[in-house]
Amino acid sequence: MYSKRSRQRIIVNNMVSVIMFVLSMSSIVILAVIIGSIFSQGLSRVTWDFLTGFPSRKPDESGILPALVGSLIVVGGALLMALPIGLATAFYLQEFAHKRVFVETIQTLIYNLAGVPSIVYGIFGSAFFVATLKVIFENLHMTITTGRVLLAGILTMSILILPIIVVTTQEAIKTVPRNLKEASYALGASRVQTTGKITARFAFPNILTGLILSIARILGETAPLLLVGAAGFITFLPTNLFGSFTVLPVQIYSWIMRPQEAFQTTAAAGIIVLLLTQLLLSGIAIILRAVLQKRRY
Amino acid sequence: MKILPKKSNGSESSASQKHRLAVSRLETLVPILLIALATIVIMISIGLVLSLIFNTYRFFSLVSLLEFFTSKEWTPLFATPRYGVYPLVVGTILVVAGALTIAVPIGLVTAIFLSEYAPSWLAKTLKPILEILSGIPTIVYGFFAIRVITPFIQALIPETQFYNAASASIAMGFMIVPIVTSLSQDALTSVPEQLRTGGYALGLTKWEVTKGIVFPSARSGVSAAIILAVSRAIGETMIVAIAAGSQPSASWNPFESVMTLTGYIALVSQSDAPEGTTAYYALYAVGLLLFLITLTLNLIGRRFIRRKTGNVNV
Amino acid sequence: MKRSRLSQAALLGMGGLLAACGSLGSISDLEGTIVIDGSSTVYPIMEAVVEEFSKKFPNVDVSIGFSGTGGGFAQFVQGNTDLSNASRPIKTSEATLAQTNGINYHEFLLAYDGITVVVAKNNTWLTDITLAELRALWLPAGDNPATTDIVETNVPPTKWNQVRSTWPDATIQLYGPGTSSGTFDFFTEVITGKVGNSRTDYQPSEDDNVLVQGVAASQYALGYFGYAYYIENTDSLNEVGIKANDSAPAIYPTLETIADGTYTPLSRPLYTYLNTDKFANNEALREFMLFMIDHVKELTDEVGYVSLPETNYESYRSILEDLA
Repeated sequence: MYSKRSRQRIIVNNMVSVIMFVLSMSSIVILAVIIGSIFSQGLSRVTWDFLTGFPSRKPDESGILPALVGSLIVVGGALLMALPIGLATAFYLQEFAHKRVFVETIQTLIYNLAGVPSIVYGIFGSAFFVATLKVIFENLHMTITTGRVLLAGILTMSILILPIIVVTTQEAIKTVPRNLKEASYALGASRVQTTGKITARFAFPNILTGLILSIARILGETAPLLLVGAAGFITFLPTNLFGSFTVLPVQIYSWIMRPQEAFQTTAAAGIIVLLLTQLLLSGIAIILRAVLQKRRY
Repeated sequence: MKILPKKSNGSESSASQKHRLAVSRLETLVPILLIALATIVIMISIGLVLSLIFNTYRFFSLVSLLEFFTSKEWTPLFATPRYGVYPLVVGTILVVAGALTIAVPIGLVTAIFLSEYAPSWLAKTLKPILEILSGIPTIVYGFFAIRVITPFIQALIPETQFYNAASASIAMGFMIVPIVTSLSQDALTSVPEQLRTGGYALGLTKWEVTKGIVFPSARSGVSAAIILAVSRAIGETMIVAIAAGSQPSASWNPFESVMTLTGYIALVSQSDAPEGTTAYYALYAVGLLLFLITLTLNLIGRRFIRRKTGNVNV
Repeated sequence: MKRSRLSQAALLGMGGLLAACGSLGSISDLEGTIVIDGSSTVYPIMEAVVEEFSKKFPNVDVSIGFSGTGGGFAQFVQGNTDLSNASRPIKTSEATLAQTNGINYHEFLLAYDGITVVVAKNNTWLTDITLAELRALWLPAGDNPATTDIVETNVPPTKWNQVRSTWPDATIQLYGPGTSSGTFDFFTEVITGKVGNSRTDYQPSEDDNVLVQGVAASQYALGYFGYAYYIENTDSLNEVGIKANDSAPAIYPTLETIADGTYTPLSRPLYTYLNTDKFANNEALREFMLFMIDHVKELTDEVGYVSLPETNYESYRSILEDLA
């Protein structure tokens, strides 16, 4: 019934389908291998002592508490700084700005900033924030002699996530239906009232997307924080804005670079804590977004 | 513009008067506040670029442009310092090219599979997995590189150094697969369905339709995906800092240690190079170079996407 | 009967409380900041001291870096650090800078170290090396004006059999400290004749742990760093014996050979430099220095360097009292 040529083409087609399936599953396989190898090495090390302990020269006594606290403070602080500025910029660009050229130039600027490698933010952070803080400390005759402090880390992370927040908020604002806004204007509301009461409220769950992305991003950043002074051996809780600090990825990095096998196990345990923290914080934000999306109407 | 109705009978209550005044005051103040905050963003962006440029200028007042671009040695911290960026560029290209040889086949095939072949339940489960892959901190890939990939390579090829480019390449390849996949998938799914049905109507098999019709139509989107993935790979630091080594050897042998552009920045940051030294300013020169390369790639990539989808807002 | 049980329990409870008070009483709530930086060789000693110190003084922020002896001094002479660790004495240029900036300091000898040349555990063929071979291995390319026996336009060897003909025909992989390191300064001065005179095509790192990992992974690799890093990793590294010349016996670094000077020329003293003005004004720093004197001997021994006799450390106490 089928010519030889047709049969050949059908065989090729079926073979390709199988190959495609197999190659695509390789992404899952890769993920499983990576996560699996780390969990199998490190899971036994994730104990209560590990979570509440401090780093040590002895791998079996090393703990991750300062890094965990440092990471949470950096995330919280960076969001606190970046959210107001980012939201304001996004709302301004979408709802209030008039001049077309002006808006477009800022737009391009922000989109391009979003693609800049993290380490460049680190270089800027060290050139600007660290140097400026040092000068400020000197002029205020404080005892701190370096700008490589927690505040520099927070500031650097906040400019890192600024483009993300602006872009995702703009996208969120665009999803607000026009007729909703027009109805508001028709009822006599001003632009500010409409934006504040209608647009913002409607777009809020999608604005949370920016938050979720930012949290995961900041928690995973290593290089820029290394550049602004995150250390690998902190024996106290980094709660002082003007003191030394560390974060989870930097602590893990310092353990990875130690050759003793026990430190590698400790690093694996640290990675597990990092991934779980990311999961937990992102998970909370995702659930919050889902709840708010349902309640919108 | 105020769209507040004027009371025609002049009997407006003082409460509503106050409210109207408050609203109009807000109406003028809020945009000013927003502009002020938006200006901060502009200032930061400009400040970022300026600080890079300013310190790079200081670097080039100490080292000639010619040496930077033509010298084949990078030894900023040694007795006779040399500042040729060539070894760093070789290292970067070596690692990134290796990463692409892994990421492009896997990424494209996965994208084609998800958009053309997979049933919707499979596509729905695969997508979150890819999102998880892209959210994993790069330090995890670096750890995986020296713990699993490097011993594996050393078992196959015993002369491999512990810190080598190949191991970092492979790990980086895994890292950028999600970027290639998701952007290529967007490009493929936006190909109009009529083109496919036309192909089937002509009696082509699914593979022939995909290979001959869908894929060529999505060419610019796929190119964009690859370009943006390259940009991401060039800017990646931790994988190379952990696994690739710190020897700026300008060798094209992937089983030896290399130093990439980002690797130099990470190395200098750890030893806290004293301010004012040429090695310190070299940091900014390399940083600016990195910034310009990734910026150019991003602009080209976005242009490709814009051409394909007509979406100016990218 | 019940009464005696009760009183027994009461006694136990009071005893427990007293014991708890006793241990709590030794934890201080002193606050302060201490900044330490410098040599990565000395780092393990300081790290141990800081860790034990923090258990007693948990509210003092102590940060230590390992930028290298040179990097540490660069910060120290600006007044940015309280203590600078060094695996070589301070240079005259650095001392002059300190003087210009009004920084007063005091040098403290902490321990002795023997720079250890290491190879991977599975390297069976490189067990000893002569000083001449070591020099040939590390001499940089080009002319070497500071050397006595002139090697015109030296080309550094790339294969092991170019150094000693009985060694394999395989590519040399070298690991060593970066140029900010006191170990680098000391090694180059002693082996190649001039500080900083080293070939540049090796894998540099200020982090000695990176060097350990690199060398341990290949039998064609060789590196050098402080003795403590070798002792920490004897399961993955072999030490190389140093021969003064072809006919001399190979001397391996041990605590004895370093202490009595037979492990030559790679034995050297380890120092820490204290900013005396900061010492006078910083109570946390004073407590730290006193704590260090009490514990540095046992911690140095634990880390693997050669500690000084106890009396030496005790003599520092009176020096510190004068400085306070």
